[in-house]
Amino acid sequence: MNPGSDIGFEDRMATVEFRVADRPHITVDREVCRSCTTKACVHVCPAGLFVPTADGGILFNYEQCFECGTCYMVCNEAGAITWSYPEGGQGVVMRRS
Amino acid sequence: MAERFDVVVVGAGPAGSAAALVAARSGLSVLLLERGPFPGAKNMFGGVVYCRILDTLVPNWWTEAPVQRWVTRRQTMVLADGQALTVDFRNQNWGSEPYNGATAYRAEFDAWLASKAEEAGATLVCSTTATGLLTSESGRVHGVRTDRPDGEVEASVVIACDGVNSFLAKEAGLYPNWSADHYTVGVKEVLALPSAAIEERCGLGGDEGMDIEILGGTGGVPGGGFFYTNRDTVAVGVVLSVAGLRDSGRRPEEIIADLKAHPAIAPLVRGGELVEFTAHTIPEAGLAGMPRTVGDGILVAGDAAHLCLAAGIWLEGVNFAIGSGAFAAETAVEAIRAGDTSARGLAGYRRRMANSFVLADHKKLRHAPHLILGERAQTRYPRLICQLAEQVFTITNPDPKLGVRRWARRAMRDSGVRLHELAKDAWTGWRSFG
Repeated sequence: MNPGSDIGFEDRMATVEFRVADRPHITVDREVCRSCTTKACVHVCPAGLFVPTADGGILFNYEQCFECGTCYMVCNEAGAITWSYPEGGQGVVMRRS
Repeated sequence: MAERFDVVVVGAGPAGSAAALVAARSGLSVLLLERGPFPGAKNMFGGVVYCRILDTLVPNWWTEAPVQRWVTRRQTMVLADGQALTVDFRNQNWGSEPYNGATAYRAEFDAWLASKAEEAGATLVCSTTATGLLTSESGRVHGVRTDRPDGEVEASVVIACDGVNSFLAKEAGLYPNWSADHYTVGVKEVLALPSAAIEERCGLGGDEGMDIEILGGTGGVPGGGFFYTNRDTVAVGVVLSVAGLRDSGRRPEEIIADLKAHPAIAPLVRGGELVEFTAHTIPEAGLAGMPRTVGDGILVAGDAAHLCLAAGIWLEGVNFAIGSGAFAAETAVEAIRAGDTSARGLAGYRRRMANSFVLADHKKLRHAPHLILGERAQTRYPRLICQLAEQVFTITNPDPKLGVRRWARRAMRDSGVRLHELAKDAWTGWRSFG
């Protein structure tokens, strides 16, 4: 999945602590995504949270999000990605960064 | 809560904690909100805190700040395929008081600085996200809304230190020129290695550290790389222009993997076990990316005010955050005492920043981010520099040495550098760095 690297992507993400909120802090309007030709979120998201589907849409999960914001910055389809911070105390916890 | 404070500071990073510390010391009631379970939990950086700015805020800070290593070896490295040219500066003076820069874990450093604000009398409340501003009909900010039950907090001044994505500054309309082009994304691996191995590989004594800033190791995506040492981990990563990454089609971890495989970096990271992989966006456009930092009842500091200095040989952020946070608090104190916390009453913030490194460095280096992230500085100049070095140091007997002038001409031709562009960039560089 991740050529050139010495560790699989799931193992890589397992090094980070995530406190998963009940409510997603990212919402994706998948209808809008269907018309998006670039889908840059798929390759830019450092956590690899966005996955293209066979029918031209986007599947995503919010659970292992670094809360960096790169996805909404590259999203060129207005309103496709709605992004806020997770509720207090939830989300990524970085300890040695 | 539904309480009232003189000042509400949103975000207990370096900017927020410095602001809370200064405001609380002046006798104001201060609430310091942090959305993470502890200060620093959401924060990540490229490795070095330059603490001179702390001298007045926390005298003798070095006796108590949680530091990983004191940086005594500083390298700027230019990479091309299989080649590296490095400027390697070692300075033992930086290994003793009053020190220059330190590597740190933000989970420890930020929590420590927040504890100083608490000692000064600020109330720190973690695990609480500020979800929006309380705004009057005229647009005046008079508090924040949080995600706690009854979580509205009134304040005379809100200091938004809510980081690079600053939803509060955007909500207040202070980012009219926001653009994704002003941001980079930093992606980093923290690798565990025995401290003895780190010291041997990097030629360091017990608590000494090394920091390398790298140009040209990002596979053509505008940005740069970094490597630095902690006590028993090293960190290696890349900083990538968000737009460049978008257009490249590449995955960030693959670009790190390529950097780690470069013969100049591989021996430093070999055998290191990945213990934390993180990412964070960075405001890197300098002055061009800065929002308005003053509104009615609101000031903006730190990353939220786009105050990261990304100028090639200088990569600084925590010091700008601390400096701007402290100035914001001084301004809030002055405005509250004078009874005018409108934008006019808070205008001293901009003046304070302009009279110090916080704005002065950004003004001086306003052309640097564009120059550094440009295609020539990213791809052609590293190739030019490395090829020139290769020619100088390759002995071509029986052919005689050509001399620097002809080597330079050849290197320029092969790396696609045109003289007039080089001259133009050299002039921009001289005006910025000179």
